[in-house]
Amino acid sequence: MSTKGKITGIISNLVMVEFDGPVSQNEICYIIHSGVKLMAEVIRIGKKTAYIQVFESTRGIKTGTTVEFTGHMLEATLGPGILSKNFDGLMHDLDKMTGIFLQKGDYTPALEEDKLWEFKPLAGPGDEIVAGSWLGEVTENWIPHKIMVPFSFKGTFTVKEISPAGEYKINDTIAVVTDSENTDHNVTMIQKWPVKIPIKAYKEKPRPFNFMETGIRVIDSLNPIVEGGTGFIPGPFGTGKTVLQHALSKQAEADMIVVAACGERANEVVEIFAEFPELDDPRSGRKLMERTTIVANTSNMPVAAREASVYTAMTISEYYRSMGLKVLLLADSTSRWAQALREMSNRMEELPGPDAFPMDLPAIISNFYARAGFVYLHNGQTGSVTFIGTVSPAGGNLKEPVTESTKKAARCFYALSQSRADSKRYPAIDAVDSYSKYLEYPEFQEYMQKNISPDWVENIILAKNILIRGRETYEQINILGDDGVPIDYHVIFWKSEVVDFVILQQDAFDKVDASTPIKRQRYMMDKVLEVYHTDFKFESFEEVNPYFKKIINIFKQMNYSEFESDDFKKYENELRTILQERKKEKTEIV
Amino acid sequence: METTAFQKIYTRIDQITKATIALHASGVGNEEMALVNDRLAQVVKIEGDLITLQVFSGTEGIPTNAEVVFLGHAPQLSVSDELGGRFFNAYGQPIDGGPEVEGKKVEIGGPSVNPVRRKQPSELITTGIAGIDLNNTLVTGQKIPFFADPDQPYNQVMAMVALRAKADKIILGGMGITNDDYLFFKNVFENAGAIERIISFVNTTENPPVERLLVPDMALTAAEYFAAEKNQNVLVLLTDMTLFADALSIVSNRMDQIPSKDSMPGSLYSDLARLYEKAVQFPDGGSITIIAVTTLSGGDITHAIPDNTGYITEGQLFLRKDTDIGKVIVDPFRSLSRLKQLVIGKKTREDHPQVMNTAIRLFADAANAKTKIENGFDLTDYDKRTMHFAKEYSEKLLAIDINIEIEKMIDTGWELFNKYFSVAEIGIKSEFVEKYGKRNINHKN
Ligand SMILES: Nc1ncnc2c1ncn2[C@@H]1O[C@H](COP(=O)(O)OP(=O)(O)OP(=O)(O)O)[C@@H](O)[C@H]1O
Ligand SMILES: [Mg+2]
Repeated sequence: MSTKGKITGIISNLVMVEFDGPVSQNEICYIIHSGVKLMAEVIRIGKKTAYIQVFESTRGIKTGTTVEFTGHMLEATLGPGILSKNFDGLMHDLDKMTGIFLQKGDYTPALEEDKLWEFKPLAGPGDEIVAGSWLGEVTENWIPHKIMVPFSFKGTFTVKEISPAGEYKINDTIAVVTDSENTDHNVTMIQKWPVKIPIKAYKEKPRPFNFMETGIRVIDSLNPIVEGGTGFIPGPFGTGKTVLQHALSKQAEADMIVVAACGERANEVVEIFAEFPELDDPRSGRKLMERTTIVANTSNMPVAAREASVYTAMTISEYYRSMGLKVLLLADSTSRWAQALREMSNRMEELPGPDAFPMDLPAIISNFYARAGFVYLHNGQTGSVTFIGTVSPAGGNLKEPVTESTKKAARCFYALSQSRADSKRYPAIDAVDSYSKYLEYPEFQEYMQKNISPDWVENIILAKNILIRGRETYEQINILGDDGVPIDYHVIFWKSEVVDFVILQQDAFDKVDASTPIKRQRYMMDKVLEVYHTDFKFESFEEVNPYFKKIINIFKQMNYSEFESDDFKKYENELRTILQERKKEKTEIV
Repeated sequence: METTAFQKIYTRIDQITKATIALHASGVGNEEMALVNDRLAQVVKIEGDLITLQVFSGTEGIPTNAEVVFLGHAPQLSVSDELGGRFFNAYGQPIDGGPEVEGKKVEIGGPSVNPVRRKQPSELITTGIAGIDLNNTLVTGQKIPFFADPDQPYNQVMAMVALRAKADKIILGGMGITNDDYLFFKNVFENAGAIERIISFVNTTENPPVERLLVPDMALTAAEYFAAEKNQNVLVLLTDMTLFADALSIVSNRMDQIPSKDSMPGSLYSDLARLYEKAVQFPDGGSITIIAVTTLSGGDITHAIPDNTGYITEGQLFLRKDTDIGKVIVDPFRSLSRLKQLVIGKKTREDHPQVMNTAIRLFADAANAKTKIENGFDLTDYDKRTMHFAKEYSEKLLAIDINIEIEKMIDTGWELFNKYFSVAEIGIKSEFVEKYGKRNINHKN
């Protein structure tokens, strides 16, 4: 008999339930309201009362109403068919719901039970296996989707039978495996997993070190992220968090993208719905939607499901990582999830921490970020979940609890600056304040030296120094006036502007400029540094500004041209000529 | 509001605070409406059989033996075509002396649109104001506020925008507006001969502040009826959302909730997003566009109300008095319509984005030139030309009393470029200069 309960109190979407049997923390239960089941989660248990947060509006619910407990936590349904889907935060398929409006309790299944998948066995009878071992695979879109031993299986098993290649439905048994006590277990193509528990079906989780290309210059060329790494993007409203995340989701070098739209605008998700089925994945040549899964809990959807949505998205990511894939998980915005926690904690009258957020917010955030990572699977293959979240700091002030807690958890920091956004220097990442901790990892430095360029890391340090000096010089010019400083100061400043305009700034809406492959980034960085290393001769400060504006303009034309195309080469030649004009010959140096 | 015979009447109130009462009752649903000595109230908390009710008009004079009757439903609005041309209070009751509206009763604050059923906004809204149409183009299904200081003519601008936009319905949600403003809206709408297209839900400064919490939901429920069921393009005007948020904080403080920043409730973001996200483009052609007003205090946009609003809406519009021409303009620097990309150069002439950006850049150069003067530096010839340009740009385009077609705005942009700048200085694609620039070769180039 499963546990039942009766409602004794309601405060907004926090409901108190008196229960008659065992109940566990985070257990899922259903309120039976006017014949419709409304999903809720246990978030605190008192002597006789369970406090549940309802994933729906509680309008019209009365005391005395029956609640049924399910005996399990919120679970994700994992199996073929997840790719290209649009789920709500609780992993219901949004496309299967009826009507234009979301109806309470319209819980659609995540996957298709009747769809046939072309299965191919990968294991054979007698094979020793553990949770996460690959038993077979089906082709999902173009990804080889591994059918794995359920993650909940503990210990070592032996394959007893495996189904021959052929077409199967997700609930068909495709293998029988035997445990150490000789009990047989059937394995199908789907499994359930509680979203709040990390999937650990891997052998080892080393420090990540493989560079992950994003095509965004200010990231790759100045603050690179790694496969399995973590990063976050804080910024005041309108500074470009979402545009940046969309760019990442379009261009990043990943096998699969999971987008968690958490408490943000519905129109922004609609943009993905509209564009991704049309846009090509630059690497596979297929449509972007084929490698993308969306978990949408927009700001007008039930607040309690916001928190669930990021966990659901993370669980889906970990599932695909176990197949040996590179997964990129993007969440916009993690602040909304933290705010949902705050609303609930306030309703439960918990002792508030800073800004009324729950006391354990830092722990919750760091535990979540810790689920990302690069792993060696038991079969020696590798997989990764790279996680990049946005943060929406109240009043744009980075000294607020969500930003500060995230800063401790994430290794890359991409700070969006209001002043850069105001002057339309997009992407508005402040390259100097931002950082990538991976640059300090010797194993990453080695990887870059071997695979990208021997002086990649040195160049990053140099480029940042150029920017810092440029900034300092600019301040001096402002204080002392244009003619109150040596001409050199103007040159130093304008050289930093070249780095800014050519490397940092990138037009997310231009076909060519939107994404820069790493080879091209290297080329452009070398060109820009060449300008930096050149000594120019100027008679007066008034010559500096127009000259560098010309240089920048040609560089920009290069950025807008197809790499190594005729146009590109034409501009490159022009640049060469212009640089020659004012180049100080070595002999002239006194 | 009618009560029916079999409804139970409670006459023992246990607790009374400024905004709430609590009593023992059974069979009550969350968010259900009730009458407390004929004042409307709503269930906000249920603890066992102790029911807490928020009394919208306040609890002054409510005795412990007041009559409490539960109405069995959440706040409702009767919707039908009869809503057109009518004025209502925050409860949806007529205040224009006309009859009750006959129609289907729907609960306000209903469910959200499934995101996969939305369409991407793509229809341009024209207002005749260049600060909007040219620089910050609006799109149906968008939500955008005016961030305005209390002394700015935001209500006038909003009324003008509403009348010029070719909406099938204009729904005004007035929250804490002065009676004068209410009469202003009424007059403008009547004089424009547009009254049949207009529906108003009004809470003035003379009404209790907590009542205004119902206004946006009333307006948006009516909007959903016309947009979803009648496939109409509906424009919803919400003024002033700052006063709405203030009412939220009054209630949450009285309910002993822990305030977050600026003594606003921790749920402010969700509370505002729930309303603004009602803006939508439906697949069958109907749409809801929301233009709101968020008044600022001392121009501070980091205050919790504008800050949370900015995180929700699709851009914001700033008004400013241009001292050069002595008129109000839509500030080209701080204003932004985030959805303009969806229409400019696509639904409008292809040179629109470049002309817009160039003009704003030159306007910014003029601002720099002004700073130079203030700092006692000399002006170059270019500086002087930008300043002449800026003045004329304000006069002929930015001033909100100008009313012209977008094409004319773009052409005016070109005229001003031609008058003051060389081709190199405007830096527009040469293809567009040839096609639309109409440059006299003999003129400065
Ligand atoms: N890389 C870019 N190139 C060009 N324009 C950009 C870029 N990034 C942002 N913008 C402009 O800024 C606007 C706001 O960007 P975005 O929606 O990403 O901001 P946000 O930081 O996500 O804001 P919010 O916190 O309110 O969600 C965009 O609509 C666009 O006009
Ligand atoms: Mg955003």
